[in-house]
Amino acid sequence: MIRLDHVTKQYATQNRPALDDVSVEIEKGEFAFLVGSSGSGKSTFLRLIMREERPQSGTVTVLGKDLAKLSNWKVPALRRQIGAVFQDFRLLPNKTVAQNVAFALEVIGKPSRSIQAVVPEVLDLVGLKGKEERFPDQLSGGEQQRVAIARAFVNRPLLLIADEPTGNLDPTTSVGIMKLLDRINRTGTTVVMATHDAAIVDQMRKRVIELEGGHVVRDQSRGVYGYAR
Amino acid sequence: MRAQFVMSEVGIGLRRNLTMTVAVIVTVAISLALFGAGLLIRAQVETMKDFWYDRVEVSVFLCGPDSVTPSCSGGAVTEQQRDEIEDVLRALPQVDTVFYESKEEAYERFKEQFKDSAIADNVTADALPESFRVKLTDPTKYDVVATAVEGKPGVEQVQDQRAILDRFFQVLNGFQVAALFIALVQILAAALLISNTIRVAAFSRRRETGIMRLVGASNFYIQLPFLLEGAIAGLIGAILACASIIGIKKFFVEDRLEPSFQFTAFIGWDAVWVVVPILLLAGVGLSALASFLTLRRYLRV
Repeated sequence: MIRLDHVTKQYATQNRPALDDVSVEIEKGEFAFLVGSSGSGKSTFLRLIMREERPQSGTVTVLGKDLAKLSNWKVPALRRQIGAVFQDFRLLPNKTVAQNVAFALEVIGKPSRSIQAVVPEVLDLVGLKGKEERFPDQLSGGEQQRVAIARAFVNRPLLLIADEPTGNLDPTTSVGIMKLLDRINRTGTTVVMATHDAAIVDQMRKRVIELEGGHVVRDQSRGVYGYAR
Repeated sequence: MRAQFVMSEVGIGLRRNLTMTVAVIVTVAISLALFGAGLLIRAQVETMKDFWYDRVEVSVFLCGPDSVTPSCSGGAVTEQQRDEIEDVLRALPQVDTVFYESKEEAYERFKEQFKDSAIADNVTADALPESFRVKLTDPTKYDVVATAVEGKPGVEQVQDQRAILDRFFQVLNGFQVAALFIALVQILAAALLISNTIRVAAFSRRRETGIMRLVGASNFYIQLPFLLEGAIAGLIGAILACASIIGIKKFFVEDRLEPSFQFTAFIGWDAVWVVVPILLLAGVGLSALASFLTLRRYLRV
């Protein structure tokens, strides 16, 4: 599903590489946490998978495609198979919940009849039934994140990337979001989630990849956040 | 492709940026109106050339008793000299027709031309020179006639009426160059303004475009609303420019110039209908190009 092979990414403005000779493989259907302090390279890892950045050396393979060889005009097709969720939700404030989710399908040219069919379905799945006509600022943080997850998942992507999805949420709400991501994972979607939230990682007992200073310092199936150190 | 969705995005964008859009429309309209005016002046010059070059003649004035040019040192032209000159003129292949005008005919014509003026009363037939009026097959071949007969005994002066017209055309050409130059500067300003407008629009919609990129919308789909926004503003500007060009033809040329200057030809509607599509195309093309080049910088994958 995802393979990083000796990947080094250096930003022009920084002395130290954000990722230094990283090799990781994530299988189809896995749920993997990406942990580490700020600046450890978690976001760069995710951005490489989305092909928002390109590495200086090494190969990034996502969904069987070598991203270095993927031409620019094929990038949208790749991103249609990857859902993405962020800490700041990234909803459009002037659109309703249903419109926000529909927007993701409209802009990839889906016919409106199928949009009308799948949007209520996915909103039901994330537990927002009855709130379709609300605007984002009328929702709680957890509900807004559910809208974002609905938008990421509505196109049934093979891979869901979440960059600190619980970063803005209280612990109880976070648990709800994690349950939702777990459910999505159970449908066969691979989930890669970067997080700071030790409690969540410890509770989920999924694979943990720890980054530090651009290196993978730990890769553990059914791991915890802190590790015995 | 969902046309309805794209159009609603375009509508939102145009309304959100209303003041900038109005500025773009006005600038495009002014620049294209000037551009169109330049093209019309050019068409006017061509029309007048066609009209007048068929009518202009080369006049070969013959010596009178009081002529002072060296070739007239023998006094007034003799009958023999006159026949000789006529033979030379008729022998030239570039000459279409030769028409002799005697003093009396010249006087009649003079009286006709100045019938409302007091000048006619002070002129007698003797004061006017006799002449040959030479019509050329190609009005630009004046030189041939001049070299053939100029300086010949009995010829006082060779005059090309085209030279007078050309001076007038030079003035018109000057107007044309000025109009096109100002139009060029204005078009440049319009392009920069469009580029700026699109940049502001791209910035104010960065949330939307960010999400579009995220969910895998194609570049074309992301950029199309911006391109259309620019093109629509350009099109409206071009339509206004066309309206002003049509207005110039209708209210200035037809209603004012044509009744006042009936002796010459003016541009017809055909010239206007040539300019209109050029302006429309230029308006849309200019703004689409300016938008496209801007988007390449501000909306990358």
